[in-house]
Amino acid sequence: MARVTIPRLQAPKPFIQRPAPVSGLLAPDRFMKIVGAVLFIAAAVLPFVTATPYIISILTSAMIYIVLAMGLNVVVGYAGLLDLGYIAFMAVGAYTSGILTTQFGLSMLETIPFVIIACIIAGVVIGGPTLRLRSDYLAIVTLGFGEIIRITANNLKITGGPSGIHGIPTWSFFGWSFADGLDIGGVHFSAKILFYYFVLFVGIGVAVIAVSRLGKGKLGRAWKSVRDDEDVSEAMGINGYVTKLAAYIIGAVWGGFAGTLMASHLSAISPNSFEFLYSALVLMAVVLGGMGSTPGVIIGALFVSLAPEFLREFSEWRFLLFGVLLVVAMIFRPKGIWPANAVLPFLKKREIPEIPPTAAVGVVGVDASYEGETVGPATPTGGANDEEGAR
Amino acid sequence: MSDTQTPAAPAAPAGSTATGEAGRVLLEVTDLAVSFGGIKAVAGLSFTVREGEIISVIGPNGAGKTSAFNCISGFYRPNEGSVVFDGESVTRRKPSHITKRGMARTFQNVRLFSDMSVLENVKTGMHSHLRQNAFDAMLHSPRYKRSEAQCTEDARGWLDFVGFRADDELLVTQLPYGEQRRVEIARALATQPKLLLLDEPGAGLNHNEKIELMGLIRKIRDLGVSIVLIEHDMGLVMEISERIVVLNYGKEIAEGTPEEIKTNPVVIAAYLGEEEE
Repeated sequence: MARVTIPRLQAPKPFIQRPAPVSGLLAPDRFMKIVGAVLFIAAAVLPFVTATPYIISILTSAMIYIVLAMGLNVVVGYAGLLDLGYIAFMAVGAYTSGILTTQFGLSMLETIPFVIIACIIAGVVIGGPTLRLRSDYLAIVTLGFGEIIRITANNLKITGGPSGIHGIPTWSFFGWSFADGLDIGGVHFSAKILFYYFVLFVGIGVAVIAVSRLGKGKLGRAWKSVRDDEDVSEAMGINGYVTKLAAYIIGAVWGGFAGTLMASHLSAISPNSFEFLYSALVLMAVVLGGMGSTPGVIIGALFVSLAPEFLREFSEWRFLLFGVLLVVAMIFRPKGIWPANAVLPFLKKREIPEIPPTAAVGVVGVDASYEGETVGPATPTGGANDEEGAR
Repeated sequence: MSDTQTPAAPAAPAGSTATGEAGRVLLEVTDLAVSFGGIKAVAGLSFTVREGEIISVIGPNGAGKTSAFNCISGFYRPNEGSVVFDGESVTRRKPSHITKRGMARTFQNVRLFSDMSVLENVKTGMHSHLRQNAFDAMLHSPRYKRSEAQCTEDARGWLDFVGFRADDELLVTQLPYGEQRRVEIARALATQPKLLLLDEPGAGLNHNEKIELMGLIRKIRDLGVSIVLIEHDMGLVMEISERIVVLNYGKEIAEGTPEEIKTNPVVIAAYLGEEEE
């Protein structure tokens, strides 16, 4: 049978006038960008205000947590795949760069391609066979994967066994290392502070912005549609398997990158750093903050990484307290602290015209002369008079 | 069922076919069968759809209409039979593959993506036609911006086309039912189909909305899209169909023009009841 060749449909031009998008400082998108920029600048200025090693250290950790949580946000928040072993990707990244720097003499920067490749392989190996499963089974498999990676690291010689890898260097660029420090205009920046800035610019600047942008494009819509209703998204021409695998791989690369940062931040890694507890904590950051919501995930990651520090006096009790706080948060904010579609109440909203009753609009389609006329949102026009008369 | 095979060349109805010559076979379903356990939901269904046609599939509840749709669009794997669409066998292919080849569908119960706005829902339908990748999105490259702007305009074009008049940034869950139906049709059209399968598009609509729906279906056909619909509302079916396929117990019991179906004694016995209407 000859192939029927019908030219693909072209979308008709829109012919209804729409209210202009809101503008000004209080437009939700712009306002959130400004808030983000202000917080970014505040974080950049902070070392000039207080630069105790303790503060710098926990803030660096917190930012690495944000990178990690943004990666998990792609998997759990956007694509809706419950991943209970996410920390394994962080382990893959941390061990890859740890081994390559300490045993093969590469610099941190040079390990990045290897980290990315290792994470893609890990993502495909774990995701390839399991993403055909639906939620519950996937969660169990990822849980197992997390344990496998940790136990493997515990038993291999190259990973240093239970004692892990020590003496991981900080980042260096073409011979110049953060450890050398930097003097600009008489101000001395120590290695830790340089690393803090590095994480701030690369981690937040790249990881956070990239993920939040990803969520708005074609791939982001595909992820959300798979999360909402996989069957229907298939009917939209979206290959669910490929889409989920893409989420998994991107999540894996982000996790691996966070692992690399963590390895050079702590300069030592061991299998204990990648226990199930940490997978659960990162997952908690995403769920508590608001799945699929960039500000929410940042808040969640900050909470999860900083709360143990503030609750330090309670030492043994802090995880209990943590749990209670979580339960309370889930009771009062079940969709997270900052849900994905939330808009701050004081921001401008688009004026939503009332939905006109269909009878007042002019029957579309029955009247062949509808084209070209511009129907105001609520004004019946002359073009469709005869149809209205008929009813 | 083979004795009823008289695919009467559709007498080109007034206002038909904006593009192409009518009459070329677009979809050919042959001996389709699917069963769940011991229940034969579809048991040997054959019919063809020609370019530019509006065909209705009717039958009593449980006759296998939706199962047949699910087989054709790839959601069920048929046990037997074949589906040839646009010259290519799509039997047992993934739904996403079939959609890319140009077959779109709607669902019996409106199934929109509830966490997305109206506009995003329609944009999702354009997935396979957008020329952008993940790096474009991360970097906001010019290609990404162009692609998204075009995508937004096209999505609005489709929304206007189907007669959607509410705000397109609302979440779909905030819309009344009739508007949700329109959005679902707009989303299906956004996949740029050659064939549109509508599963009970009139269910839950009031009288005026049904009149609008009929107009819309004709208008979609005039774009060059063939339409197959499942419908229970006989008034609507008789008004807009050029051919009707009647199913019962998973089998085709009759096929013909509305006039023929109305007077077909087998159909009347099986479906409309013994009494003359």
